[in-house]
Formats: sequence, C-alpha cells, structure tokens
Amino acid sequence: MRDAVLRHLVIVAAAVLFAMVSAGVDGRAQGGTAVQPRRESGLYTMPIQGNVHVIIGGGSNITVQVGALGAVLVDTGLAQNADAVLASLRQLTPRPVRHIINTHSHADHVGGNEKIGASGAPISGRGVAQVGAGTAPRAEIIAHEETLNRMSAPAGAGAPMPVAAWPTSTFSGKHKEFYYNGEGIQIVHVAAAHTDGDSIVFFRRSDVIATGDIYSTVSYPIIDAQRGGSITGVLDGLNQLLDLVIAGEKTEGGTMIVPGHGRISDEADLVEYRDMVTIIRDRTQDMVNRGMTIAQVQAARPTMEYDGLYGSAPGWSSAQFVEAVFRGLRPERSSQ
Amino acid sequence: MLRGVFISAAIVVAVLVNSTLAYAQSFLNGDWVGAFHEDQPERGPGPELGDYLGIPLNAAGRQYADSWDASRLTLPEHQCRAHVSPYIYRGPIRVRITEEVDPGTQTVIAIKHFLSTYAQERTIWLDGRPHPSEEAPHTWMGFSTGEWQGRVLKVTTTHIKQGWHRRNGIPMSAKATMTEYFIRHNSVLTQVSITEDPVFLSEPLVKTTNLTLDAATTPNQYQAWLFCQADDEVPGRDPAYVPHHLPGKNPYLTEFATLHRLPIEPTRGGSETMYPEYMEKVKAMPIPPAAPAKR
Repeated sequence: MRDAVLRHLVIVAAAVLFAMVSAGVDGRAQGGTAVQPRRESGLYTMPIQGNVHVIIGGGSNITVQVGALGAVLVDTGLAQNADAVLASLRQLTPRPVRHIINTHSHADHVGGNEKIGASGAPISGRGVAQVGAGTAPRAEIIAHEETLNRMSAPAGAGAPMPVAAWPTSTFSGKHKEFYYNGEGIQIVHVAAAHTDGDSIVFFRRSDVIATGDIYSTVSYPIIDAQRGGSITGVLDGLNQLLDLVIAGEKTEGGTMIVPGHGRISDEADLVEYRDMVTIIRDRTQDMVNRGMTIAQVQAARPTMEYDGLYGSAPGWSSAQFVEAVFRGLRPERSSQ
Repeated sequence: MLRGVFISAAIVVAVLVNSTLAYAQSFLNGDWVGAFHEDQPERGPGPELGDYLGIPLNAAGRQYADSWDASRLTLPEHQCRAHVSPYIYRGPIRVRITEEVDPGTQTVIAIKHFLSTYAQERTIWLDGRPHPSEEAPHTWMGFSTGEWQGRVLKVTTTHIKQGWHRRNGIPMSAKATMTEYFIRHNSVLTQVSITEDPVFLSEPLVKTTNLTLDAATTPNQYQAWLFCQADDEVPGRDPAYVPHHLPGKNPYLTEFATLHRLPIEPTRGGSETMYPEYMEKVKAMPIPPAAPAKR
C-alpha cells in the first residue's frame, strides 16, 4: 500500500505537469475572470475569491492568500517545481511568504517547503528559533504534529524530509487559528483520513477552504493506511467539510473549495463526492458483512459507475481504493 | 455510435438547410415559453422510477440509476439543486433572451438566457473567448460560447456540474459537453441539443425543444424560484447518511414496466432504444404479469 501511494505521488505529479503543459493557454476563467497565462513550466494561477488564489500545476494545488502583510501558502507542491511556484507567486504579490500551512506530509504537498520557506520571512522573528541558531529568517511552516512526525525522524535516524522542510510550528489539538491579512484563518485537523496528520484550511473572510487530499476531483480518496489513513476518517473529513461549506444563492458558488488535486469546487461538487464515497463504503461494508474476500469484493466492482470519473488516476486504481476501503472495515451485525 | 452521429448530423443538416438561406443571424431577444409537447413526463410530473426508455445509457449510467434513491433529494445539500443546462429546457420553463453589447462598438458580445426554472442565468459568449481550463469551477449552466452559422446560433457548452439526463436518477457526469443549435422560425424558437457524456452515455443524447414567443409575460412569472433554503426534512437523521439502493436490491426498477404493461428490456434504456427499428424487437418481447409493484 505504501509503495502504491508513493508511486501515485510521483505519477500524479508527472501527469499533472504533462497535462498542464499540453493544455495550452487559458484566456479567462468562468465568467470572464482574468487568469494568468500558463508559464513554460506548465504552472498558472487562478483567482478564487477574496484574497485567495490558487497556483495550479506544481504537483498539487497550492492555495495562496495575499495581502499587505505578505503571502500565506497552503502546501508547496513538489520540490522540483519550487522555482516555478515562486515565479507564479511573484505574479500574485511582491511581498514575502510569511506562513506555509501543510495539509499533510506527502511530497507533492510539502516538497517545496525548503526552497519556498527560505524565500520568505517570518513576522517579528517567528520561525527563526525553531530551525536552529544561525539559520536565516524564513517563513513559518505550520502543520499538525503528526505531519511533523511523518516528515522527521528521531535523532540518529534518517528523516524522509530535510530539516529545513519540517514544520516549525505544530499543533496537536483539533484546530489552530490566527488572523492574517484581514481575515481569520482556521486550520482544522481531520483525524486518520488521507493520513493521520491531515488539516483543512479555512480562509473565513474570503470564504475559501483548502482541503488537502481529503477531497480530489480526479481520483478516489487516496487512503495512506501506512501513515494512519482510513476510509472512516476520509468520510468524517468530507462530512466535516460539508458542515463548513455554505452554498451560494441558487446552490452555486458561496464557499469555494480548493481540492488537493483537480478543479475548483463548491458544495454541489463536494456533496457528489461525499455521496460517492459513502455509497462505495456501504456496498463494501455489505460485502464484508456477507463474508466476501477482498478478491470477491474487487471482482464485484463496487466502484463501477464511478470509474469513468475517478478510476483513471495514475498510481491509484479502483482496485487499490476498494482494497483500502475493505481493509478499513470490520463485519457489522446488520447491514443496510 | 455511428448511427447516433449520423442521425445527429442529419438533424442538424436539415435544420441548417431550412434556416440559412437568406439572412445572416437572427434576433432572438424576447420572452419565450416552452410549448410542452415533447416528453411530457419530463415537464411537470416528472418521469417514473425505472423509466430509462430512449436514453443511450451505458452500463455505468444504468448502475448509477439503479442505485439512486429518490430520498437523496431530501438531503439538505440536494434540496435546492438546479437542473443542468442540458436538462433545464425540459423544465417548466420561460426563457428571457437578451443581448450584451460592447458599449463602444454596439457589437453583440454575448446572448443571455434568464431561465425561470431555478432562476438560472446563462451567458453565451460570442466574442471568441476560449473555454476555461479543466481546473476552473463547473456551474449548473456551464460555460458557453456561440457562433452564428447563417441564421442558426451554434452553442458549445463545457464545465457543467454533475446533474441528470432524466430526473429519476439517470446521471449526467461533470465530463458531459453539449452542442446546441437555436433556430428561429417567426414566433417559434427551436433548440436542438446534442449532449455527449463519456462517463454515462454510449452515444450522444439528441433532443429538440420548442419555445414560443410570449408577448404577455409578466415579471412575476420569473420570480418563483429566486431563492431556495434547505430544511431538515427528516429530523434526527444522521447527517452523514446517504440514501441509495445496494446493487440488486432496488425494488422499484420494474414498477414502470409492470404498470404500463411493457417488456422489461426496453425500460432499461441503452442506445438501441433510441431508434425506430427497435419497436419491431419490442413487439416480440415478453410482457411481465400485471402484478402490483412493491411499495
């Protein structure tokens, strides 16, 4: 499973880059909103609403809040795209990156931490102490402590990520919040979902939520069981998101959602995804209750009608998703 | 597939031949109201459960529809959903068509539809702008661009939200795209829509809808659907609950066939059921006994 997830990260990043480069240049987003042209790197930016934009094509969606105090980033994409992300960021603001918030520990979301963090600067010295004496001022990196645990290692052991990429400010409770660039920013921990260190980030005045990989429009939820993920946690997270999101008039717009991968969404898109995951969980639960084996469950194709939407993500097949769901369920006394 | 494309092409060619002889462009502005003579069950009462007749469903679309439970519409997040653009012209509809002009040149840069059903607003851009990237948000109406082909307005729509091809559970995916032709014959406006859905359809779904010019429209005929507020329709229900039928356990799928004394097979839909020659096959199919459907 872990190999599958890692393979997914690399393949998705390559596929996204290829798609970006080959898709040409956009003129305008929906409704005529100006969108920056794609750069040669394949990255481009899109305004969401309020102070919030997204950089697309860096390996994962990178949400950017800009304002007089500098930039706040949610995730940083793959390491090899960090220069391109910084170039895209310069199209949005001349001010430094002040805070980076990591939604979880995967390389396609935290790979740019080191370089993008080093390009930034903390407010009033925050972040200097955490990275050690003599280290140049850099942006503060905020994450749930389980994300730090996944990126670091005990003394003497090899860490998966360099020290300079590690979060410098962690939280262990259900949420962390601060006020920046004129709006409240809520970081909400979702337990044991995509991983055990997931966070969603709510920009309250702009009314935009960055979900990390709890929600994607281009794949089934990737459940990294090796890093503490579970189908139950994914569904809890999706329902938690629905509680936060308010649809706009005519059930369109309102709170806008930046998924970990894929298109910008609103409540109507999110609820279709939540429904899909719930239905597949229920079907699999029914088969588990009936004593079916993983091979039998996979052969029954509980994802069948959704495979045309979510089943072709490189490195994360329908069968892998079904297996992850199956492994996360136990027989119940009564099914639906 | 080829037959579907051929028929679509034939319809379009017939329409074009009939419409493009003398003048460039048409003037579509005005209040139009549905003539309601097509697919009557879609217009007011809604289609019956298990009626997939004439829809080129593929296996995925059929499984989605079989699993669908009408109670899904009671969920707060579903209560206020609008029809998507490939379906909304089948709704109880009035359409106010206006133009947006460039103030400097008076060139028409967009044609707008205000649709009474769910008060949807649709913009058809005529200024040559490209469609947005794949990552741009989807909307109920989608993103539309148009071009005049003689007096016929051809419209291409992408970025449509997931919705339905028929509102009894037959899904339309967010990957669907629609090509339309708007043709005016005096006080009748015909919309030909060709919807392609690579996820849930095996062939394009071709429909025509007629609207008639209505000079007596009053503003209140457009105001019924301006706002919708979801309510808790089933108090105490787990907010994470999603109504659906497990595969093979939907008791309502044969209800339509038994009620109307039809063979089961055509009610399951599929591209074959769109074509006239299928009627001959239907005549030879067994009709199930007229047992009351389970409730």
